[in-house]
Amino acid sequence: MKILIKNGRVIDPGNSLDKICDILIQEGIIQEICAPINTKADRQVDATGKIVLPGLVDMHVHLREPGREDKETIESATRAALKGGVTSLLAMPNTEPAMDTPENIRLLKKIIQGSALANVFVTGTITKARKGEELTDIKKIKKEGAIAITDDGNSVDSEGLMLEALKRAKEAQLLLISHAEDKAFSNKGAVNLGIISTRLGLKGISKESEYARVERDIELAQKAGTKIHIAHVSCRESVEIIAKAKKKGIQVSADTCPHYFSLTEDAVLGYDTNFKMNPPLRTREDVQAIREGLASGAIDAISSDHAPHTENEKEIEFERAEFGVVGLETELAASITQLLHSGLLNWGELIEKLSLNPSRILGINKGLLGKGLSADLIIVSPDKEWLVEKRALASKSKNCAFLGQRLKGMVEYTICQGQIAYEASSHQGAGQIV
Amino acid sequence: MQWLRKDLLGLEELSREEIEFILQTAESFKEVTTREIKKVPALRGKTVVNLFYEPSTRTRVSFEIAAKRLSADVINIAAESSSVRKGETLIDTGRNIEALKIDIIVMRNNYSGAAAMLARHVKASVVNAGDGWHEHPTQALLDIFTLKEKLGGIEGLNVSIVGDIAHSRVARSNIWGLVKLGAKVTVCAPKILIPPAIEEMGARVTHDIDEALKKSDAVNVLRMQFERDEQNAFPKQLEYFKTYGITKERLSKAKKGIIVMHPGPINRGIEIASDVADGENSVILEQVTNGIAIRMAVLFLVSQANENIKHEDTD
Amino acid sequence: MCSLMKEKAKILDKDAVTRTLMRIAHEILEKNKGTEQLCLIGIRNRGAYLAKRLAQCIEKIEGEPVAVGILDITLYRDDLTLASSSPVVHKTEIDFDIEDKNVVLVDDVLYTGRTVRSAMDALMDLGRPKSIQLAVLVDRGHRELPIRADFAGKNIPTAQNETVEVRLEETDGKDEVVIVEKG
Repeated sequence: MKILIKNGRVIDPGNSLDKICDILIQEGIIQEICAPINTKADRQVDATGKIVLPGLVDMHVHLREPGREDKETIESATRAALKGGVTSLLAMPNTEPAMDTPENIRLLKKIIQGSALANVFVTGTITKARKGEELTDIKKIKKEGAIAITDDGNSVDSEGLMLEALKRAKEAQLLLISHAEDKAFSNKGAVNLGIISTRLGLKGISKESEYARVERDIELAQKAGTKIHIAHVSCRESVEIIAKAKKKGIQVSADTCPHYFSLTEDAVLGYDTNFKMNPPLRTREDVQAIREGLASGAIDAISSDHAPHTENEKEIEFERAEFGVVGLETELAASITQLLHSGLLNWGELIEKLSLNPSRILGINKGLLGKGLSADLIIVSPDKEWLVEKRALASKSKNCAFLGQRLKGMVEYTICQGQIAYEASSHQGAGQIV
Repeated sequence: MQWLRKDLLGLEELSREEIEFILQTAESFKEVTTREIKKVPALRGKTVVNLFYEPSTRTRVSFEIAAKRLSADVINIAAESSSVRKGETLIDTGRNIEALKIDIIVMRNNYSGAAAMLARHVKASVVNAGDGWHEHPTQALLDIFTLKEKLGGIEGLNVSIVGDIAHSRVARSNIWGLVKLGAKVTVCAPKILIPPAIEEMGARVTHDIDEALKKSDAVNVLRMQFERDEQNAFPKQLEYFKTYGITKERLSKAKKGIIVMHPGPINRGIEIASDVADGENSVILEQVTNGIAIRMAVLFLVSQANENIKHEDTD
Repeated sequence: MCSLMKEKAKILDKDAVTRTLMRIAHEILEKNKGTEQLCLIGIRNRGAYLAKRLAQCIEKIEGEPVAVGILDITLYRDDLTLASSSPVVHKTEIDFDIEDKNVVLVDDVLYTGRTVRSAMDALMDLGRPKSIQLAVLVDRGHRELPIRADFAGKNIPTAQNETVEVRLEETDGKDEVVIVEKG
C-alpha cells in the first residue's frame, strides 16, 4: 500500500528534524521524507495542523501471554499499544512460564509471530523463575533473540550473583534492566511509607527500598564494567543517585512512568486500587524531582510499565489487590498533558524520552524517521482533549490510573511497518472527545 | 445542619459540625436508654446486619442492642460462617446481603479500607465497626461523648492516647475526632509503635508516659494487642507494664481528676492496673453505656440519610 | 420555599391568641375538675411553648401550678410526617411520672392527625396515663386518622394548597396565626 502523509509537522529529534513536510510510505518503508513528492497514493492522509512522530518505543510492558491470557494477550496488548501510538514494545519476562529458558523464549516468539499487531521485542530473566538463586543461561537467551534481561517484579538480592549476572550480560552484549527493590525494606507494604500509610492504616513501602538498591546496582555495574538500565524510577533520591553516577561517567540509563510524574500518593486516599502500583506513588517533592530529572536528562526514557490485572484481582481489599496499572493507551497523552503543555519539555525532548532514547538504550533500529527505514510513525492531534473511559480502553484489563481524567493529545493514525494499523476515526469508542 | 451521608466510614472525612451533630443526637438517644421501655420505633421494619470478619463480642453486642432499641431486626454473620469461609469476595457478600433487602451493614473487617470498598458497591448503609488499622469511628465517638459528659467540652482539652498507636484504629479515629473538635492530642508509646508522620495528623509524640500524663485531662489507654503481634520487637508484657502501664502511682503524679478511658477489653496488669481500671478515675463502664447511645444515633442518622437518597432517586 | 408562600389572611392577632389560650385553659380546668392528676405535655416545637403558656394561665386561674413536659416525637414519626428531609432529634423532657395522670397533649395546629398519633405512641412508651386529651390552638381539618381535639382554639377550614402558620413570640418574634398559600 502506498501512503502519502501531507503537510504534517514532522518531528524527528534523532535527525534534528522539525518541519512541515510530506512523507511517502510504500512496501513497509519510508520512501521519501521532506522532499517534493508528486506521486499518487492509495491512501492520502491530510496531516495539516497535526504532528507526525516516530512511533513510540515502550521499553517496559507486561504482556501476560503466555499464562495469564485472562488479563491480556499479545494481540489485545498490541492493539492497545497502537491506539496509544506505541509501535514497538519490550515484553517483560514474568510470564507463566517465565522467559528463563531458550525454549520458552522460542515459544513466546512464535506467539508474537502469529498474533502481534505491533513490533514486540523480547526479554529473558536474569535468574531462573526470577527467584534470585540461580542464573539463567544468558548467552543462549541472547542467541534466541532476547535483547535484554531483567527479573522485573523482583530484584537479585545476592550481590555476588548480581555482579556475576552483570559480567555475563557484558559478555553476551545484553542490556540488564534492574527492578530496584530491596524487599526487606519494602516490608510487604502497599503504599508509600509516610503520612499516607499512617492515615490509611497500611504497611508502607519506603523510598529507601528503591534508592538503596539503585545505588547498589549502579555500583555493581560499574564494578562489572558494563551498562545498566534502572526501570520505573519513582523518587527524588533515585534521580539524584542516577544523575551523580552519570556525571561520573558511569554507563547508567533510567526510565520512569507517566504516573510517577502525574500523580502523588494522595491519589490512594479512598483506597482506589487503580492507584496501587510498585514502586508506589510518592510525594509532591518526588513528583517534582522526576519531572526535573526528565528535563535535566537524568532520566532518559518514559515507559508505561503496562501491568494489566483482572477485576477479580484489583476490585478487592486494598492490601490484597495486585500492584500495577495499564498504560499503553494513555502514556503519550499523559506525557503531552503533563510535560509538554506545562512547558517542561518541548516536542523534540518529549519524543526523545518516548521513542529515540528507548531505541538507543535497547540498541534497536527504531525511534527514527528516515528514507529506507521501517515506517513506524504516528499522526497526533496535539491539542485534542479526550476523556479516559473504561469502556473505550482496548486493553483487556481496565485498571487504569487515569480513568475519568481529561488528557490532551490524541493519536489519529498509527502506521506500523508501513500499514495503517490504527485509525481514530474508524475506531469505535475512541474515547469520548471533549 | 443536616446529616447527608448514607455511610459512616471514619471520622477523617467528617466536619466538626457533623461530629457535633452525632454527639447531640446521641444525647437524645441516651435519654431513651434511661426509660422503662428502652425502645423507640425509629428503625422499625429495617434490618441491620452485623457482618463481622474479626471476632468481637462487645462491639457486636453493642450494635445489636442499639439496633434493637431502635426496633430494627438484627442478623449476625460471623467470619467462621460458611460463605465467607468458602472464599466469597467481600463485594459478593455485600451484594448478596443487599439482595436480602438489608438496610444497614455494620462491618468489622481485618483489612484497612474494606468498609470504603463495600460502601462503593452496595446501596445499603455501611457503618464501619473497625477496618484493619484504619478507623473505628463509633468507638472514638463514644470516647469523645464520654469526655464531653465528664469534662464539659472538648475544646482545649489535653488528651493522651497510650499504646500500640501504629496498629490502632481506635487511636486514629480518636486523633481525627479530638483534633477536629479542638483538643490537644498526645500519643505515647515506644518508638516502634508510633507510625510515621503521625504529627501531620495533629498529634504530639512522646515516649515518656509520665510526661504525657502530667499535662493530660484524660488518658485513653489502648489494649496491648498481643494477638496481632507479628514482630519479635514488641516489648514483653511485664516490661510494658513497667514502662507504660497506668498505675495508681503514675496517676498520683498526674493532673488531679484525670479521666482514664479504655476501649476494652482490658488486660489487667499489662496496660492498666486493676485498681485503676476499677478506680474513681476510670470511666470505662460509662463508655460502654454511651456506646449504645452513640450507635443508636449513628444507625438512625445513616438510615434517614439513605431514605432521603432513595426518595430522591425515585422523584 | 418561603419565597413561594403568600400570606392570605390573618386569623388571630396577638390579643386574640392570648384570649384564646385563656379560654382553653378554663375549658381544660372545667373538664378535668381542677389540676389534680393533670399535666400538660407540649409537642416540640411550638406545642411546647404553648403548653408552658397554658400552664401559666392555669396557675393564674386556679392558683395551683400544673406540671409541664416537652415531647420530641422525631423517633416516632411515620414517613408521611417528615416535613423536612432530616429533622433533628431533640430531647424529650418529662421529669415527672405520667402514670395514672390525665395528660393534655398540646400542639399548635391539628391537621392530618399523624403527629398526634406519633405523640400518643411516644407517651405510651413512657408510661400508662389515665387519659390523654388533646388541646390545639388551631384545627384546620383534613384528618387522615380518627383523631379529634378535645380543646380547640379556632376551627379554620383550609384548602390543601394552604397551610396554617402559628407564629409565637418565643420562636418568631410575635404572636399571630395566618393562612399561607403555597406557591
